[in-house]
Amino acid sequence: MAPRLPATPVATPVLLQAAFEAATEAMLLCSAADGTILLANSAATALAPGLRPGDRLTAAPLPELAATAAAGGDSFRSEHQDRFLYGFRRDLDADHYAWFLRDHTDERDRTAALEAERARAAFLADAGRRLSASLHLRRVRRTTVELAAEHLADAAVVILPPDKRQSAWTRALPGHAIEEGTLGEPKLAEVPGLREVIDGFPPIPSRWLDPSQVPGWLFPAAFGPVGALLVIPLPGNAEPAGALILARTGTRAVFTPADEALARVFATRAGAAIAAATLYQEQVETAAVLRADLLPPELPQADGFELSGSYQAARESIRIGGDFYEVFGPSGTSTDTVIALGDVCGTGPEAAVMTGKVRQTLRALRLVKAGPETMLRVLNQALTETGRQQRFVTLVVGAISRVDHGRVRLELAVGGHPPPLVLRADGTVEEVSASGTLIGVVPNTSVRPATVELAPGELCLLYSDGLTEARGGPAGGEQFGEARLRRALGECAGLPGPVTLERLRQLVSDWVRGGTNDDIAMLAVRAHTRTPLSLRGGGAPSQSPYLMAARRGERRGRPRA
Amino acid sequence: MTRSATFRSLHDPDLTDGYLRMVGDGDEYGATELAYALLDDGVPAQRVMVDLIGGTQARVGELWAGNEWSVAREHAATAVNERVLAAIAVRAQAGTRRGAPTRGRITLACVDGEWHGLPARILAELLRMDGWRVDFLGASVPGPHLITHLHQTGPDAVALSCMIPTRLPRAHAAITACRAAGVPVIAGGRGFGPGGRYAERLGADAWATTAEEAVDRLASDWPPPASPEFPTDYLGDEEYTHLARSRPQLIETAMSRLAAAYPAVHHYDEQQLESTLEDFGHIADFLAASLYIGEPRIFTDFTTWTAGVLIARQVPASALRIGLRLVRDQLIDFPRATETLDRGLASLPATD
Repeated sequence: MAPRLPATPVATPVLLQAAFEAATEAMLLCSAADGTILLANSAATALAPGLRPGDRLTAAPLPELAATAAAGGDSFRSEHQDRFLYGFRRDLDADHYAWFLRDHTDERDRTAALEAERARAAFLADAGRRLSASLHLRRVRRTTVELAAEHLADAAVVILPPDKRQSAWTRALPGHAIEEGTLGEPKLAEVPGLREVIDGFPPIPSRWLDPSQVPGWLFPAAFGPVGALLVIPLPGNAEPAGALILARTGTRAVFTPADEALARVFATRAGAAIAAATLYQEQVETAAVLRADLLPPELPQADGFELSGSYQAARESIRIGGDFYEVFGPSGTSTDTVIALGDVCGTGPEAAVMTGKVRQTLRALRLVKAGPETMLRVLNQALTETGRQQRFVTLVVGAISRVDHGRVRLELAVGGHPPPLVLRADGTVEEVSASGTLIGVVPNTSVRPATVELAPGELCLLYSDGLTEARGGPAGGEQFGEARLRRALGECAGLPGPVTLERLRQLVSDWVRGGTNDDIAMLAVRAHTRTPLSLRGGGAPSQSPYLMAARRGERRGRPRA
Repeated sequence: MTRSATFRSLHDPDLTDGYLRMVGDGDEYGATELAYALLDDGVPAQRVMVDLIGGTQARVGELWAGNEWSVAREHAATAVNERVLAAIAVRAQAGTRRGAPTRGRITLACVDGEWHGLPARILAELLRMDGWRVDFLGASVPGPHLITHLHQTGPDAVALSCMIPTRLPRAHAAITACRAAGVPVIAGGRGFGPGGRYAERLGADAWATTAEEAVDRLASDWPPPASPEFPTDYLGDEEYTHLARSRPQLIETAMSRLAAAYPAVHHYDEQQLESTLEDFGHIADFLAASLYIGEPRIFTDFTTWTAGVLIARQVPASALRIGLRLVRDQLIDFPRATETLDRGLASLPATD
């Protein structure tokens, strides 16, 4: 039995034609036999004025439709600046087919706007990330032109405000490595709109800048004639941090208002980065000036003994204050070398100032040939009499002189500081018996100096308590301690001073497993070993200054887990 | 002294043995003179640095590991080797057409806690000869110091040296920070594994296994294209975190149980006890690094090497086995750690 179909009222052709006409979709009804347009509704004629029933489809006023019909295709796209049409064909019966046309212009424009917005956001995010990465002025400038030439123009130049009548510039050209240089201030006026921007006036819109006025030095001839120019400020700390020059080649090149707006947003970020880097640079230079006087001194080459020093700051960025050491070589009639190692309580600028005072006082006392004991007493007096003294110092001062047979004598005075250690040739470690009270606290300081003599190869170590108080070890919170220091030092018998200090640094670093919380200063005096004979070939290696001690330390089997 | 007219060659084992002897005897003058003689004979400075100085340094390490040289002698030898390197560098600079650096500026540092500075020093000299302006920051450079330096000098590259894998977590932090500061990183040194394979995992832009390879890599298409994204992957997992945080307790417990399992400990003096503590520390650190990178081989390489070092000092492998078990017993809830320790145990020689 055949399925029952619902009874359909038969519509009159007039009614059907009215429905066809009223449809919002643009439709063409065509005859399959000869490709003639039979019907075209008003939506269709609105999209393609001139479509008329009776005409051949191949002669349609839409060239893409006509071409597709001629080729027997079943869809076409018509994309123009102001309009985007899409059409497709559906067969209706053996003798008829229809074309449906759609206007996608709005959708296309929305998509394009969205993509442009996405690209813009991605560019600005990338720019923000790369610009904020470095605090180094040159790198930030390079990043700025690199980003600008990649995303905003064909070529980009950053020009900084003149400093001593010279302006630094950085330039990115397509296919070139970034270039840098400086130019004289008068040249700034040669670029249209540049002087205004550098002087902090509002930028001139691109359309008013005449690209033909661009001076030859701004871009090389190979870049080609500039078609469009944009000069905008890089905003800084309440004054321009510089100017960004963007150029496009080609006679029809322009910077649209949207381009200009984006370039300004970018310039805001680049300007902030350049201003921050400039500020950082100034800070670094200020700190460097402060530090120059406080850094450990170059150690002089001395006759008969070797001086080595090591200074490890808890944090590099404020490498001022805290521990210090100082060496005054023989000068004038003073033949002694004077060494000092101390620890000013606290860190930071105040401690740094205090350190400077102490060093300067010691330097002056050395000139009047004061001995270590006198130095400490006078320094204490000077510091306690300053009145508003809140900080104290612990200090070791030593005067080194040579005595006979390659021996070296040290007169040592200690003020509230860990006493120096002496490493003997046989590997025993002794503590120097000198003692004394803190410097800068009470007017009457007690100082008991001591004298030690070093035989050739023996070493005297001055150190700050950062070394023994470094916390770590397998259990975590244990101090490195004096016992461990003595044992470690004992293993260094016979080693040159710098090797010994490096070894101690390494042991402490391993002990704390990472950065120390306190400064560590060490200064070693080592009496020279006798000049070795040449040991090459048939020499006598056992005479080596390093060897005896080094070999002695050769360990036998050491049972360990 | 008479100088033989024969052509000296770096391939001559007598020559390299002689140099090793001088370095081990602390004979700085003799060693320098020999190196100068090689330069005079036309041997390129690079070869003297890499083959003679670098090669000798490797042998110094082996001699220490084999208990033939003491720590003190190893340090003295290293110091002499470094001084010879400095002397050659001065000669090489004076001898060549050294103008202004042509390649750019590079910062060179050893990872925080890494004290083997000589390989990096050799690289510094090779890079200088290749036209780089080199800032060598030295051994064991804390990460914040390195980054401060980058902001102050704005170099075109950072070369990071790491010889021991236990420093890799810190190397990772340094690499990430350098790249965040916009400076590309080349990693090098044995610590980054065979062929530098861990360097990529740590986010380095490039890696090299030898100093010369690093020079070549930096000479071609540098800087690498800026990657669109920062590396944001975290390495390590909760097992690593647990191990790193409970390190003190882990060592303490292992130490307190050691006497029961290994009676010889009763007769240890203070220094031997301290060395044993250090050894437990190494076990914990290599295990942690192995978990951090996700590479059991870091741990098995360590156990194999340590077994050799201990045997050279007449310590039976059973001592190490007991030590590893004492650590393992405390980590039974951590499958990756346990599996890694088992591999380490399996790598030990079966009998003493």
